[in-house]
Amino acid sequence: MKAFLLRLWRLISRPSVHFSLGFLTLGGFVAGVMFWGGFNTALEATNTETFCISCHEMRDNVYEELKSTPHWANPSGVRAGCPDCHVPHEWTHKIARKVQASKEVWGAIFGTIDTRDKFVEHRLVMAKREWARMHANDSLECRNCHSAESMDLTGQNPRASAAHEEFLLTGEKTCISCHKGIAHRLPDMAGVDGWN
Amino acid sequence: MIRHLLAVLLALGLAAPALAQSPVAATLRGDTPPTETATPPPMAQWEEGAGRRVRNYPEQPPTIPHDITGYIVDLNANRCLSCHARSRVEESGAPMVSITHFMDREGQFRAAVTPRRYFCTQCHVSQQEVRPLVENTFVDVDSLLAPRTGE
Repeated sequence: MKAFLLRLWRLISRPSVHFSLGFLTLGGFVAGVMFWGGFNTALEATNTETFCISCHEMRDNVYEELKSTPHWANPSGVRAGCPDCHVPHEWTHKIARKVQASKEVWGAIFGTIDTRDKFVEHRLVMAKREWARMHANDSLECRNCHSAESMDLTGQNPRASAAHEEFLLTGEKTCISCHKGIAHRLPDMAGVDGWN
Repeated sequence: MIRHLLAVLLALGLAAPALAQSPVAATLRGDTPPTETATPPPMAQWEEGAGRRVRNYPEQPPTIPHDITGYIVDLNANRCLSCHARSRVEESGAPMVSITHFMDREGQFRAAVTPRRYFCTQCHVSQQEVRPLVENTFVDVDSLLAPRTGE
C-alpha cells in the first residue's frame, strides 16, 4: 500500500515526458468543464418532478396527495412541484440535501416504504424530518415564493392578516409552524405541537 | 261499440289537461329540462371577516365565519381543533369548542372532544351569502313570541 502511494506520488510529481504543457493545461481545462457540466446536468436531472415520481413510493402516495392541493392548482396558475419545496435552491445546501438523500436511495432499494401500509407507518417520522428541516432554515423553501416582505397583509382576510402580523412578522413562528399538511395529507398528529 | 268509443273519448278528455301541462317539474335544478345542461350560478364566496352570525334558534350549530377550504379533518388530524381546542384558544383567539362536544353518549363529560362530535362539518357550515334554494316560512322564536308578550 505504501509502495503504491509512493509510486503514485512520484508519477504526479514528475514533469510530463510525452505531453506538452499546453496540451495538459488546455486538456485539463476542457475535461474539467465537461466534468462540471456533466455533474450539474446529472444533479439537475435528479431535481425534477419526473425523477421524483419515477419511484412508485412517491408517485402513489405524496404525489397523488399533492394533486388535490392549491400548490398543484390554484386561481393564479402557479404550480410548485416536488423540488420547489423539498430541495434547497442554493448550491451548498442543495449538495448537502443531496448527500442526505442517499439514505432515500437505500430506502428505495430495500423497500422501506414500498407498500401503502409501510408508508403510512413511516409517515410521522418522515414528516417530522421535513418539519425539522424547514424549522431549521426558517421555511426557506416557502419563502422562495412567499416572502414576508412582499406579502400584502391588507389583501388577506382579517384572520390571516392578524395571525401573520402577530406570529410571522415578529419572527415568533415560521411558515411551517402553522402551515403543516398543506401539500400532503398529515400523519397522526397526536402529540405534535399545536395539534391535538 | 258506442260505449267503447265513449270510454276512449272520456279517457282522452281526462288525459288532455295532463298532456297540455309542461313536462318540466320545478326542482332544485331549476326550470332547465333534464335533457339540457343548466348554467350553474356563480360560486358563492366565503364570508370572510363578516363576523359571527346570530343563531336562528338556540340549538343551531353556529356557522363558521371563515373559509375552510383544504382543512383536514380525519383520523390523523383535525385542522379546526388546532385553533378551537381548549388548549389552543389562548394562542389562536378562536372561540373554544363548546363543552357539549366533550359529552359522550352516556352523558359523561370527557377530557377531549368525543368521537361522535369530532367531525366538525357534520353540523357546522361556512357562511356564504346565498339565497335559500327552497322558500320557507321560518320565523325566529323571538318574533313569534313578541305579539303574545305585547298583549
